[in-house]
Amino acid sequence: MFAHLLRRLGQSVLVLLAVSLVSFMVFRHIGDPTISLLGEDASLEDRQALVSRLGFDQPVPVQYLHYVGNVLHGDFGISYRLKRPVTEVLAERLPATLELALVASLVAVLGGVALGVYTAIRRDGLLSRALMTVSLIGISLPTFLIGIGLIYLFAVELRWLPSFGRGDTVKIGGWTTGLLTASGWASLVLPVCTLALFKLTLIMRLVRAEMLETLRTDYVRFARARGLPERRIHYGHALRNTLIPVVTITGLQIGSLIAFAIVTETVFQWPGVGLLFISSIQAVDVPIIAAYLLLIAVLYVCINFVVDLVYLLVDPRLRRA
Amino acid sequence: MDLHDPIKELDMMRKLLVTSLLAAGMLQGAALQAETVRWSRSSDAATLDPHSVNTGTNINISHQLYEPLVLRDIAGKLIPALATSWAMTSDPTVWEFKLRRGVKFHDGSLLTADDVVFSLERARAPSSGMKSLLASVVEVRKADPFTVHVKTKGPNLIFPDNLVNVFVVNAAWAKANKSEAPQDEKGKEENYFTRNENGTGPFQLVSREQDSRTVFKQFPGYWGRGEFPLQVTELVFVPIKSPATRVAALLSGEVDFLQDVPVPDVARLKEDKKLRVNQGPENRTIFLGLNVGPDPLKYSDVQGKNPLADPKVREAFNLAIDRDAIQKAVMRGLSEPTGIIAPPFVHGYEKAFDTYPKANAAQAKKLLAEAGYPNGFGITLHCPNDRYVNDEAICTALSSFLGRIGVKATVAARPIALHSAAINAADTDFYLFGWGVPTFDSAYVFDYLVHTRGKDGRGPTNATRYSNPALDAKIVGLSSESDKAKRDKAIHDIWATVQKERIYIPLHNQVLDYAMARKLDIPVDPMNYTFFKNVTVGNK
Repeated sequence: MFAHLLRRLGQSVLVLLAVSLVSFMVFRHIGDPTISLLGEDASLEDRQALVSRLGFDQPVPVQYLHYVGNVLHGDFGISYRLKRPVTEVLAERLPATLELALVASLVAVLGGVALGVYTAIRRDGLLSRALMTVSLIGISLPTFLIGIGLIYLFAVELRWLPSFGRGDTVKIGGWTTGLLTASGWASLVLPVCTLALFKLTLIMRLVRAEMLETLRTDYVRFARARGLPERRIHYGHALRNTLIPVVTITGLQIGSLIAFAIVTETVFQWPGVGLLFISSIQAVDVPIIAAYLLLIAVLYVCINFVVDLVYLLVDPRLRRA
Repeated sequence: MDLHDPIKELDMMRKLLVTSLLAAGMLQGAALQAETVRWSRSSDAATLDPHSVNTGTNINISHQLYEPLVLRDIAGKLIPALATSWAMTSDPTVWEFKLRRGVKFHDGSLLTADDVVFSLERARAPSSGMKSLLASVVEVRKADPFTVHVKTKGPNLIFPDNLVNVFVVNAAWAKANKSEAPQDEKGKEENYFTRNENGTGPFQLVSREQDSRTVFKQFPGYWGRGEFPLQVTELVFVPIKSPATRVAALLSGEVDFLQDVPVPDVARLKEDKKLRVNQGPENRTIFLGLNVGPDPLKYSDVQGKNPLADPKVREAFNLAIDRDAIQKAVMRGLSEPTGIIAPPFVHGYEKAFDTYPKANAAQAKKLLAEAGYPNGFGITLHCPNDRYVNDEAICTALSSFLGRIGVKATVAARPIALHSAAINAADTDFYLFGWGVPTFDSAYVFDYLVHTRGKDGRGPTNATRYSNPALDAKIVGLSSESDKAKRDKAIHDIWATVQKERIYIPLHNQVLDYAMARKLDIPVDPMNYTFFKNVTVGNK
């Protein structure tokens, strides 16, 4: 088991190196940062001076090695656009994204499991069928459309909730949180719904399918034959066995919630790393782009690692392998 | 009658008390009447350092906190700001600026010539984004505590025009915070100016969360009290990237003023009774650039020669394009078709140059045949898709106009970051581009778009390959001509050549829209800068 973990760790490092190389190569070629830095009307001399100051006139492998060297020293450089250290900027934006993703995952997992179980047990109920139909919409509508729709209904027409921003925040240490103010919570509602809807429906459909499968198995039938109460059969036996694939999917989904909060953050002007990433692409702010992609890669690698560990906990057979 | 009637006395006292309370209350009401304006644009300023980045959003924010020596009014005329007067001295290479007295920085210190000298030097530093504006400066020196002399390379008639966005900072404050020069990308530490300010502007910074919210409050010690309305007491800047969300925020009343209004929403916003939409010309012309040769084209199916090198082909393109149709169908009326690549308020603009032909496909086809292309040819039209109003849609329309005369123009749309890079490297044969004139003088257009690319630091955005040494000499001459009449004559001659040779095909001038709550009435500024000290707040 230890060897297995060690092997996974080695693979993870390779993945990170590959991601950093690809992002570096790609984003070095997406455009000319001198335009966003100097404006459109800088002279050719000024541009060339900047290019050599940034080291862009050196061969790409040299630039990459230089970059990796700096990163290993914990130095991600200075953002071209914001003129501030990249690590500092990312650290400032991360709380917003993490809070959004965390609340959205909670909603998606709790809501998804609850609704999945409900629709499986009452598979032919009216509410159950209605939920299944609605979930189809959740799966097929693009995120930005859901976001704009919610804004139109709840911000413009009803004026119940804010259409953008994070509301008032409170600073605790280096962490700014919106979870301690009323306006912070009000601002969370629409982005969380937008972000969680797809995941929620996905988990709900998965739980429902797995649950229906389990309910047909022999041990559930035996349990019924033994006269165990339905409640214990559903939650004690069926649900537990349903959860293994759900854990896998949920783990990966939480990663994607953080990575793909980009669209939601843009629609709601949520000041997290996703919005920062989009602004950085437009400005060809390579240090931020590269650091962000590396951050997301680290996140995925960690989540996969944790998912592996959870497998070991849930399924005793793997522990012997 | 008893003069000491206690009841009467009490009554009078009560009256007095009520009146004085009322008066006090009213006075207090007037003093405390906070007018908050919430202002939204599509993006946030990159930094608060006023010398760091030369982009519109940055400059617009800086104009609230800092001030330049001179400003421009809405008609484009230079007006005093921190300088009360300016003139060429007996030496035509030296400009003298007399400073306004009693101007206070936000920390309470007084503005002197030392601050101005320091600021102009800071704006000339290698890491400054503003240094191209001061390229002609040789030396900045203090003549007396309230007079500054600027020496330029040659006599520069329009030097003050370059100063409208060069902001004055506090020298002592900058030195105390170790931020003598703007932040360098190579530096390891943050610059103090990035998130702090100490300007002389009408507003001072209260708080800043980038991409989220920046709050300003009126500066009580502002020198212009009584001179400007100064009715906005608190200003909240909220950038909103998504166009739909930005409009929703205005409709829901969460925002009072939208500076970047998405064109498709203008009609709808105009109908809303609670809102006001102001329209005005922007200082920006949209045009086509053509590789006029002589080398063969890279992005065309014509091998071995350059069809665009033939003036007849260029004229055919000019005739094929229906500018009025673009204005009506693509721009929904929100543009002004033009025949010259400079907007009307630019010095040197002439109405005679602004005429453009009515679209005539038959005539254009005839010209193409005369040039030896009876069946047309194929060419790639490079186009940005995130820079100008409806940029990609304009290109699609152009492609169909050219299709009518047999020219197959394939539209290649891409983000401006890629597009400008290609133009700066002259890696395109046929492209859509836009240009504004911050100096309001034709020389700026010539320097960047007409002069041979890359010679004497001029022509960086000229991807047409046009090169005319005689014209170059005239363009260079403009920057050191001290006789206004001679200079104007030279400008006229240069324009005449540019128009005759059809180096560029002008399309239209952009029109800007500002949408706001009814209580505000903010006119459109041609440079798209809003000065909140001038904004009045009515009661609905």
